[in-house]
Amino acid sequence: MNSKVNSSAPTDSEAILGILNNSEAILKRLYLAYFPMVMQLIINNNGNQDDAKDIYQEAIIVLYNKIKSGDFELSSKLKTYIYSVSRRLWLKRLAQMSRYGGDIKDFEEYSAHDEDEAEKHTDRDIQFGKMENALKLLGEPCKTIMEDFYINNRSMQDICERFGYTNADNAKTQKYKCLQRLKKLFFQQN
Amino acid sequence: MSDSKLIEAIDRYLSGEMSGEERERFEQLRAENAAVDSQVTEHKHFVGLLKQYGERIELENRLNAIHDEIDVDTLHEDLFIQPTWIVRLWRHHHSKISVAASIAIIAALTTLFFTGKFNSNDSKYELLSREINGVKQNNARQDRINKMLSKELTGVKRQMANPGSYRGTGFALTGNGYIVTNYHVVKDADSVYVQNVDGESFRAKIIYSEPAQDIAFLAINDPAFTPLGTVPYSFKKSKSDLGEDVFTVGYPKDALAFSSGSLTSPEGSNGDTTSYEVSIAARPGNSGGPLLDSRGNLIGILTGKQSRYESMTFARKSSYLLDAIDAIPADSLQKKLSLNTKNALAGLTRTQQIKKLQNYVFMVKVYN
Repeated sequence: MNSKVNSSAPTDSEAILGILNNSEAILKRLYLAYFPMVMQLIINNNGNQDDAKDIYQEAIIVLYNKIKSGDFELSSKLKTYIYSVSRRLWLKRLAQMSRYGGDIKDFEEYSAHDEDEAEKHTDRDIQFGKMENALKLLGEPCKTIMEDFYINNRSMQDICERFGYTNADNAKTQKYKCLQRLKKLFFQQN
Repeated sequence: MSDSKLIEAIDRYLSGEMSGEERERFEQLRAENAAVDSQVTEHKHFVGLLKQYGERIELENRLNAIHDEIDVDTLHEDLFIQPTWIVRLWRHHHSKISVAASIAIIAALTTLFFTGKFNSNDSKYELLSREINGVKQNNARQDRINKMLSKELTGVKRQMANPGSYRGTGFALTGNGYIVTNYHVVKDADSVYVQNVDGESFRAKIIYSEPAQDIAFLAINDPAFTPLGTVPYSFKKSKSDLGEDVFTVGYPKDALAFSSGSLTSPEGSNGDTTSYEVSIAARPGNSGGPLLDSRGNLIGILTGKQSRYESMTFARKSSYLLDAIDAIPADSLQKKLSLNTKNALAGLTRTQQIKKLQNYVFMVKVYN
């Protein structure tokens, strides 16, 4: 592992506080610190660089959400947590691709308890996947209206101007139609 | 209230835009109307999911931005410098390679087995069996490995007056006619003669032998024999060191022959600690000859050689000779047997040593 990257690794409590406070710098240091470890795991177990990126980002997101949810108690080291979650995620991915040969080469300690975090994460991922599909199918301008209003918290006034609606009522009607279609598309799946 | 208006109301309610009075009215409606209440819950959940999805996308974008700063290829090289293509091949296919290798090994062994390679008697096989059987020390085995140096004579070719049927070498213990030789030279003998460097033969008899040590003692009982002077060599009691220059003189042929080498091992064949191994090119007929170091100390008696290798000869250590002398029954000794302790050969050149020595070394001729 590169010593320069390693030296800038945040301490565990630093990392947790940084994420709670939306510190971009801490997130970056955390990300850079543990990526080589996960990359080593993935590449030595039938993966490539892109797999390493995917798995690692998923693991970081699991950690991120866990910390943000406020009930994060560190039962082991952050490093072990990230490694364990990545490991489980990669095992699942290998199984899906039928590339899993029955053994995995490990480079770090891992904890079974931390691995379970990966399971909880996937339920929500399925929901997000559906949402992504639904938004894609929704098309413009509905997609942007939904994103602007519900995700980016823009006011109806802004949206009116942006899309050139002559009055707010038309915009509201359009927004309502878009929402109904999005819900339909979302719940139609599976 | 239309659905459109209701959703709008719910959006405003959830985002906290409703004023106090309106909010109270809406909450009251929610409490009274179960359909409205469930729609609020459902909408809240859906919008929440949408928001979380948006946050996720944003977070992923942030992580991607960070990731783009990593030089992944360099990192990859840093982390995996060693794996060459062959290591990668092994990592990805080690189970297949293992199976293939096993099959290859089994095939090779089977082929060797059926072609009889395992039955061939090459030298390695011999070496191995020596290790396994090394513990068993018996005379039969000794005889097999040590090719006896005694030489059988045909009699026809010999032009001497008293041709023996078997012969070896012996040397004097004392000036008054006691001679030592190998037991295997004189065993089964009807009569024994010893012949000196001048070609004169004297009748001798076996007075004592120790077959286990391959040592036999003769006494010259011929009236023609005139006592020699004091023997010039002394008998060494202690062990000699590896690398010592050693030599012997003996009768592998009709004339006296000299041969020299080094002490190469403190053990004889098969861990026989009673013998030295020496790098002397001995021939049949050297059996029973004296082994001397460069200062003229007698350190052993030549007994045999390794049949498989050139110049690997064994000699019984002098301490066992001294033990055997002590074991001679007193009534077998008609004359006094007192060993010389003064060494007259030290400091002399090799040729001078041999000149003095030759009078005390005899050809042992056996008739049976």
